[in-house]
Amino acid sequence: MTFDVLLFKATLLVYSVATLLYLVGVITRREQLGHCAKWTLVGGFATHCIALGARWAATGFPPAASLYEALSFFSWALVGTYLLFDLRYRIAALGAFVCPLALVMMIGGSAASKQKITVNPILDSWWFPVHVTLAFLGYAVFAVAAMAGVMYLLQERRVKAKKFSGLFFRLPPLDVLDSINYKCLSFGFPLMTMGIISGAIWANSAWGGYWRWEPKETGALVTWFLYAALLHGRLTVGWRGRRAAIFAIIGFVCLLFTFLGVNLLSGGQHTFRSFGE
Amino acid sequence: MHIVVVGLSHHTAPVEVRERLAFAPTAMEKPLHQMLALPAIAEALIVSTCNRVELYAASKEPDTAVATLRRFLADYHGVPLEEIEQNLYDYQGEEAIRHLFRVSSSLDSMIIGEPQILGQIKTAYGYAVEFRTAGLILNRFLHKAFSVAKRVRTETGIASSAVSVSFAAVELARKIFDRLDDKGVMIIGAGEMCELAARHFVSNGVTRVLVTNRTFERAEKLAAEFQGRAVPFEQFTDHLASVDIVLTSTGAPTFILGHRQMEEILRRRKNRPMFLIDIAVPRDVDPKVNNLDNVYLYDVDDLQGVVQANLKERQKEAHRAEAIVNEEIGQFHVWLANLEVKPTIVALRRRFEEITAQEVAKTFGNHKDLTDAQRKGIEAMANAIVNKLLHRPIALLKRTQNETGGEDYVDTVRELFDLPAPAVDETPLEPLDDDTDNR
Repeated sequence: MTFDVLLFKATLLVYSVATLLYLVGVITRREQLGHCAKWTLVGGFATHCIALGARWAATGFPPAASLYEALSFFSWALVGTYLLFDLRYRIAALGAFVCPLALVMMIGGSAASKQKITVNPILDSWWFPVHVTLAFLGYAVFAVAAMAGVMYLLQERRVKAKKFSGLFFRLPPLDVLDSINYKCLSFGFPLMTMGIISGAIWANSAWGGYWRWEPKETGALVTWFLYAALLHGRLTVGWRGRRAAIFAIIGFVCLLFTFLGVNLLSGGQHTFRSFGE
Repeated sequence: MHIVVVGLSHHTAPVEVRERLAFAPTAMEKPLHQMLALPAIAEALIVSTCNRVELYAASKEPDTAVATLRRFLADYHGVPLEEIEQNLYDYQGEEAIRHLFRVSSSLDSMIIGEPQILGQIKTAYGYAVEFRTAGLILNRFLHKAFSVAKRVRTETGIASSAVSVSFAAVELARKIFDRLDDKGVMIIGAGEMCELAARHFVSNGVTRVLVTNRTFERAEKLAAEFQGRAVPFEQFTDHLASVDIVLTSTGAPTFILGHRQMEEILRRRKNRPMFLIDIAVPRDVDPKVNNLDNVYLYDVDDLQGVVQANLKERQKEAHRAEAIVNEEIGQFHVWLANLEVKPTIVALRRRFEEITAQEVAKTFGNHKDLTDAQRKGIEAMANAIVNKLLHRPIALLKRTQNETGGEDYVDTVRELFDLPAPAVDETPLEPLDDDTDNR
């Protein structure tokens, strides 16, 4: 096992502990546990940073070329985004939703092949890290939005149906969840837009064409339009609450499909396999 | 020394019995002094609230103390003991400790988690201190009970949720809105319940209050109370879009707010969420309004449901509170046992040392020809014998002090060697903090 993989495993372990602490903390409603969970997560994130750095040093390419690397990177961006949100919102319950998602990606990553990939020299430019960082940060912010959306729907149904038990006492106020949705949208949308543009520029410098309508590009564009519609609706006619939450969830499902589904189902330049060709 | 309690509460006695046995808070000196003068009572405390009357005491003979206190409670109020016998309960030792810890943590209250009881016990303790009927043991006992109550309140959610309808409305609003200080409330009609709920909202930060009523003067009067604004009843729907929380309780026979109207109002406020509380019977707001997105409509029964759910939640939290109480009982028990064991060991040593000193002096008197070295040797031998003899009994006292039956050894040792009653030193107590909130 190489150093970077060892660090990855360590990160996975720490994230598992943080997830467990978040879940137990929210279920038993102990604030101290949520606090422990957060600092555990901060520790895991630091380890993760070193792991990604080590991987970059070992392969010589930004650690987002193979499925394993991309999942790890996604999860890193997600945890980082969540921790940033935590500075503002301090909602342990959000951690209990986001942290498991990051953990699932890490587990997915650990199941994927960890072989080093030599990136096609044509693709090796500074646009590579710029594109993937922007894209993944956008993904991560939208993932947080989707989790807040799930929480919103759960809580909204309880408030509407007047069912007061379990989760009702554990979830934050509805308008906090809705404002997370809005915050995510206003950060995620520019990130995603820049991610797509930087990707186009990169593609142009590598293959001499900005846009090739390959599945991943199309998927990203569809998702982009979805989020654009939501942002527009929010700003003009006041789409909020339930509708915004549902949109955020659908948008994230589209994202996941774009990110994973396209890879697993079809070809194109964005599949990880094609990196090495 | 043991702690005993004799009393009755809402669990065991109806209000007719409780009121006959209550002690007037203005005249606690007489009963406290009479109680202290009773045989087998070393320290005395009386807790008397509308839900319970309890006599706490520290005593060397717990069984006698219990019997005396039962008799005292009946005699003091001129009630035949036989009449109230079935309403009384009594606890001794660990059970008495548990009882006060549970009572002060509000685990024994009619509404679990209600905060008043702690304040009432603090007041009762205040009288016992003022009239000097509480000594070392009750002092420590009560301080411990207060700290247990505080732990229970901060570490469990036992008192965190509302159990009154008007407060439940505020709590629900907090599940919809993050902050209340930038929200507006409209009161439609002037029911008492509405007013009470509005008061709760205002004390929780709401600053903008609109009031409307069919009689405009009444609206103006109520608005003045909240430093709000009165709006004419005919135009109240025009102002609805500007408020987030609506409290309604008019006597109108039909709905005053329909589905269509609410739809329009929501459009005007760009779907910002609204919380409608309809306390009127018959209802003021069409129940179908609740089907609209971003509107949450609650009627009286719904709020009652919140209260029920909160009570259930408190019951669950009570289990965690019981665990804390159990933990603390152990700690206090150790302290109480220590109180007996430490002075006993000191007294035991002193008794043996006295005898040694006497006998050594006698020996030296009889044998004047001993050299200094020989005298030293004899002294050392006598001390060594005493230490060897005492080693096992002292080890046994120390080892069994936290076990049940440990106090039997203490009593035996005291009797065997005729030790004097312990003069315990007053350890300083942390100051009594008065932080009971009366929510």
